[in-house]
Amino acid sequence: MTSTEALFREHGLTEHEYDLIVEMMGRTPNYLELSLFGVMWSEHCGYKNSKAHLKKFPTKGPHVLQGPGENAGVIDIGDGLAVAFKMESHNHPSAIEPYQGAATGVGGIIRDIFAMGARPIASLDSLRFGDINDARVKRLLNGVVEGIGGYGNCMGIPTVAGDLYFHPSFQGNPLVNAMCVGLLRSDAIYRGQATGAENIVMLVGARTGRDGLKGASFASEELSDKDHDKRPNVQVGDPFMEKLLMEATLEILKEGLVVGLQDLGAAGLTSSSAEMAGRAGSGLYIDLDRVPLREEGLLDWEIMLSESQERMLLVVQPSKAQAIEKIFDKWDLLAEPIGKVTEDGLFAIKRGDKVLAAVPAKFLTDQVPIYNREQKEPSYHQRLKQVEPTAVKQYKDYSGLLKRLLSSPNLCSRHWVYDQYDHMVGLNTVVRPGGDAALLRIPGSRKGLAMSSDCNSRYVYLDPHLGAAIAVAEAALNVAVVGAKPLALTNCLNFGNPENPEIYWQFVKATDGLAQAASALETPVTGGNVSFYNEYDGRAIYPTPTIGMIGLIEELSDHLTCHFKEPDHLVVLVGETKEELGASEAHHLLTGRDEGPVPTLDLAAAKRLNEFLVQAAQKRLLASAHDCADGGLSVALAECCFPLGLGVELEFSGDVSAAATFFGESQSRVVVSLAPDRLNDAVSLLASKDLPYAVLGRVCGDDKFIIKYNSETLNASVSELRLAWSAALPKATAI
Amino acid sequence: MSVKCAVIVFPGSNCDQDNVRSWRAVTGLAAELVWHKERSIDNYDLIIIPGGFSFGDYLRTGAIARFSPIMSEVARLAGQGRLVLGICNGFQILTEARLLPGALIRNRNLKYLCRDVLLRVENNNTAFTSDYRNGQVIRIPISHGEGGYSAGPRDLQALLDDDRVLLRYCAADGSVSPDDAPNGSMLNIAGIINKKGNVFGLMPHPERLAEEELGGADGRAMFTSILKTLIGGSAR
Repeated sequence: MTSTEALFREHGLTEHEYDLIVEMMGRTPNYLELSLFGVMWSEHCGYKNSKAHLKKFPTKGPHVLQGPGENAGVIDIGDGLAVAFKMESHNHPSAIEPYQGAATGVGGIIRDIFAMGARPIASLDSLRFGDINDARVKRLLNGVVEGIGGYGNCMGIPTVAGDLYFHPSFQGNPLVNAMCVGLLRSDAIYRGQATGAENIVMLVGARTGRDGLKGASFASEELSDKDHDKRPNVQVGDPFMEKLLMEATLEILKEGLVVGLQDLGAAGLTSSSAEMAGRAGSGLYIDLDRVPLREEGLLDWEIMLSESQERMLLVVQPSKAQAIEKIFDKWDLLAEPIGKVTEDGLFAIKRGDKVLAAVPAKFLTDQVPIYNREQKEPSYHQRLKQVEPTAVKQYKDYSGLLKRLLSSPNLCSRHWVYDQYDHMVGLNTVVRPGGDAALLRIPGSRKGLAMSSDCNSRYVYLDPHLGAAIAVAEAALNVAVVGAKPLALTNCLNFGNPENPEIYWQFVKATDGLAQAASALETPVTGGNVSFYNEYDGRAIYPTPTIGMIGLIEELSDHLTCHFKEPDHLVVLVGETKEELGASEAHHLLTGRDEGPVPTLDLAAAKRLNEFLVQAAQKRLLASAHDCADGGLSVALAECCFPLGLGVELEFSGDVSAAATFFGESQSRVVVSLAPDRLNDAVSLLASKDLPYAVLGRVCGDDKFIIKYNSETLNASVSELRLAWSAALPKATAI
Repeated sequence: MSVKCAVIVFPGSNCDQDNVRSWRAVTGLAAELVWHKERSIDNYDLIIIPGGFSFGDYLRTGAIARFSPIMSEVARLAGQGRLVLGICNGFQILTEARLLPGALIRNRNLKYLCRDVLLRVENNNTAFTSDYRNGQVIRIPISHGEGGYSAGPRDLQALLDDDRVLLRYCAADGSVSPDDAPNGSMLNIAGIINKKGNVFGLMPHPERLAEEELGGADGRAMFTSILKTLIGGSAR
């Protein structure tokens, strides 16, 4: 290896990329400049392997105020109000140091939201882990949940929803996807732009130290068992500092003292300042001598690449700088002018008058090489699709299987998780965690905001296009069953190494499916995050394009919850049940295998189902509504019974097998309950939406859980099922 | 008379706005946020020390906040009989400031816990609980990592002798056993009042369930009790 090659490899660049940089610069870049390119052209910051396919996403809609490319997306919700929201991954740091990795993931996404001028009102977390029986996985899960709680609870931002699944493919590489939602005035959106020559660039918040060096490059590599020495790559969070930073930042924004701002996340000062200049088409310089440091002796590149948390970059008019310093002083925070906006388009780093680096900002932000990599359909794909899933039919002991499913790690109660999160602070949480979506009231309005996150990784593995489309439809249905209209989505695309053609094929197909479903359901993509290289010792995770969905309900009191309310209410299944046991949780539980065809999805019917739910809520036709998803109808019914301890006595018939009726995962189905006198109106609304339905029976006041279907009977007791369901996770997670 | 309520804001307080909002929702009255560096709050009838993580709770919950300038003023007013309500972190601060006996230690299972709990009202003959019935079981949430009430035998005996334990964690039928205290509190103690009867600290959050829209309103009566006391004029 030549010394030049060693140099660009050290910065994670290829020979081709290095040559490109030399050609663009017209000279050999120095070490500091090369390190800027290294992080800005990493997948994590530059999206070089994904950009070509992210373009497929629908990003526009009448209510979209800010699409992808900013710190967060923003949608209009009327009454002069808007919602900023975004999701991001913190997978690799969490694999190495679960508490701090997860905590700083939460901290980072919160900063993205208040950087838009929004006050964060809720967080969500989508988590994936390996086999829960593994001691290391238990440790990771405990650490991640404590880290999320530790940060969010201290910030006073409720963690209201999320999802959690276990699968061996996540054994060494868990997924920690954090989402934050904020509220702002629609005429007061701030953006990360460094405009106005001579305006001051200010660094505010925490001091800069050596933590999190090269975190962005770290995120763009695979993990292995030799990664213990990467612990210094993981940042350390200080939620108290962030709470002060948030309050101080929102205060200066309210006073109108800022031109543009951005949080310091991956690649720290480098990416925040280069992106702010790049977006504005301006230049700027930073004087490293002015950057407040935690310790002496930081090298130039260390200052530029430090990922010390709880810092923001502001661009302000010189006349406003003093007022800003005063407000930050009240909060005992630093606000230091470290540079200026320029007109020359150059991103420059100085020490006093000495120029250490000078690169056109656009080179770093807009000239990132875009790769449309080689794709190859994986050999498993056709083979596994064609497997006939017979295990559930052969099992026969349906009540035993239901109990096993309800106590399995993927379907049991998540209260062990959300009990550790403050999900009520802020006094807006109307529907708490545990249902299909959380619902928050909006202060000063009668409206409510529903939110959920979702992705069935097994579906995406077996059929990336369909699986990703289902993830979108499922997330949309989750907010619709609360009575909210799905408005827009954010995403976090977690995949393996894109340089592997089979992984890239998964990515391309999944983005196709996501784009198709987002268009069909009219839920534009307003932003997101790509996380490649999720591999451990050469084994990739199951592809997981996590969807974060936002929905709006016009009148809060119309909202629906998932549990049965009263005995003698009718139980109705909306949607069509097909002979679909492929890729199901039940099949996996019995065989340990992921195989068979993924359930089909009719996007037009999915959209009509969402409309039905929103209108039925408005007309107050329903007493409850619950999405029928993983585990199938029997699991959904049990979940409807648990909160109030009511039972069901159902008897119905049909053409598909009892196994598929009880445990199949046909899409776009909802279990609703309603007072008998509302049935006629509900049926006409269903007919107007061309939706099939079946009246299954009645809610009962005792402990019975009886489903008679054709000649088969599933007979269990609600209290027994509930005990199995609620006790499983605390037991499984105990260290 | 008009009732004036101050909600103290420490750096890291995060239930300050919630208390303002619930106080208004229940009483129709405004409450004012007061920064911890203030030194005089003589013009308020009620002082609420809200929940949160004052100064990050990094050393020990409430241990730094008690040195804030405002706390000597709170102590002075408490000595004069002014009503002081400490909720969650506020309770922790009041024990650190020795305005209430005992301490709050890590939850029994060492985990943060946020969920509704059932509480039995032990004594309704106070400024803070008069609108509840003795023995009434109410449902309001806890949200804390360090809420296990702990005190020496003499302090505990004094609390019991004077009927100063106002709330205890209980079961749905009102019975009290150690299992009902999610945080492992001694004697299932959820809230205690000082000897004078004007300083009340509790771990559960009455302000979080004071409106039916949020899933319950058992917290309302605490605010209405206080309001009636103040309008009755017994506090000043």
